[in-house]
Amino acid sequence: MAKVLVVTSGKGGVGKTTSTAALGAALAQLGEKVVVVDFDVGLRNLDLVMGAERRVVFDLINVVQGVAKLSQALIRDKRLENLWLLPASQTRDKDALTDEGGGNIIADLRTKFDWILCDSPAGIERGALLAMRYADEAVIVTNPEVSSVRDSDRIIGMLDSKTVKAERGERVEKHVLITRYDSARASRGEMLSIDDILEILATPLLGIIPESQEVLLASNVGSPVTLNNAASAPARAYTDAVRRLMGETVTMTVPVERKGLMNWLLVRRAA
Amino acid sequence: MDAIAQPTHQLVRMRGRSYVAFVFSPVVPIIGWLEGIDATLARSPGFFVGKPVVLDLSAVDLSQTAIAHLVTSLEQRNIRILGIEGVDETHLTTGMPPLLTGGRHCVLTHNETKKPEAKPKPMSLLLESPVRSGQSVIFAEGDVTVLGSVGSGAEIVAGGSIHVYGALRGRAMAGVNGNSAARIFCQKIEAELLAIDGYYQTAEDISAMLRNRPAQAWLDGEIMRITPLN
Repeated sequence: MAKVLVVTSGKGGVGKTTSTAALGAALAQLGEKVVVVDFDVGLRNLDLVMGAERRVVFDLINVVQGVAKLSQALIRDKRLENLWLLPASQTRDKDALTDEGGGNIIADLRTKFDWILCDSPAGIERGALLAMRYADEAVIVTNPEVSSVRDSDRIIGMLDSKTVKAERGERVEKHVLITRYDSARASRGEMLSIDDILEILATPLLGIIPESQEVLLASNVGSPVTLNNAASAPARAYTDAVRRLMGETVTMTVPVERKGLMNWLLVRRAA
Repeated sequence: MDAIAQPTHQLVRMRGRSYVAFVFSPVVPIIGWLEGIDATLARSPGFFVGKPVVLDLSAVDLSQTAIAHLVTSLEQRNIRILGIEGVDETHLTTGMPPLLTGGRHCVLTHNETKKPEAKPKPMSLLLESPVRSGQSVIFAEGDVTVLGSVGSGAEIVAGGSIHVYGALRGRAMAGVNGNSAARIFCQKIEAELLAIDGYYQTAEDISAMLRNRPAQAWLDGEIMRITPLN
């Protein structure tokens, strides 16, 4: 059974696109057939993070409007043959995407893939609602700061009311993914602690992605962090998160101090 | 290609069915009996309107003309005769209602439409899941109980008291219909705003001593008090 997973947050800049790419790649690395769909019509970025921006011919809107077939718009990843991208349109705006059109595409993708990851735009408007509309599961990307947590809370409320599943009286399974977590700053009280975030959101934790240069590095070279450097701390955290998504029980490690990272760097240098 | 629909030939199907009708049994003198009918009609003029009525003439011996007169008299009173029984067929003309036989007695139960028992409106609202940022719960009829937390940016408005078995981080407005006896209870007070019957305090006014503790808010005259629970 195909699973539709929306990666959402409410707030912008918390790492939705990065996380969509990393989770998608990690799922594909574990042998799943995955498509990552960019729902951020007008401000697409997923193609850049996936390193496929030079190969975009048709996009989501073209498919919705019947200009192109779904198979023409899907872009296969060069590194992983079971990872695909459905890019958004950069020239249109979010009104070009309709509820019905989005629904048809998702239904079509369900027949072809194991996982459909929808990268939601920021905000709580139309675009974000359409991205979550047909989701079975949701990953709520949250930074350890109050504004991000409150926006996540808002988005969780919408997942519980505005999705097709919610309207049918079912529940969208929700997971919190904490990104840009800096244990040193958290211990100094400069960030919300994991416990505080979970207490406010009352939603199970999927993973904790540590703040790392690796993430930015990977984005800049157009590669999901799990592909770019699979041994890096964020890549391992994303892979663990994906294993949890697939139903495995993986012990949650709170990324600790710099010591861990330094040790790892030293090991790398020594190798 | 044009297809012409052939009219399908259908057989006329006959079915039997029995119905319940009022039965009038006139007695002599007919004039007197009609006066009785008139008296009934005077009390409730629409009583027989639209009701099927059968005339049972077994108790009287009337001629054809007399029967015709009786039927007309009843029709003048807006009583339509469905059929006649208890009389020889030869007494009836074609213009009269048909002869009925084999009538059976039955008890007419007066079917008063039962009013659905009005359920007393619930005076409290129970929410089993957290109230998220941006959500607004308005329940002017009574108390609101939340089993989870009320998120920052969420809002609860209640006619009665508000009970939060979690952290209250949003706004809570109790006693909105002028109920100054309403209170606000929570396991953890981090509220943005508390209001009872129009009197309010914002987060700034809430003593830091109380923060993160179980507390209740109540009105002491025109002053809102917030005191720790236990």
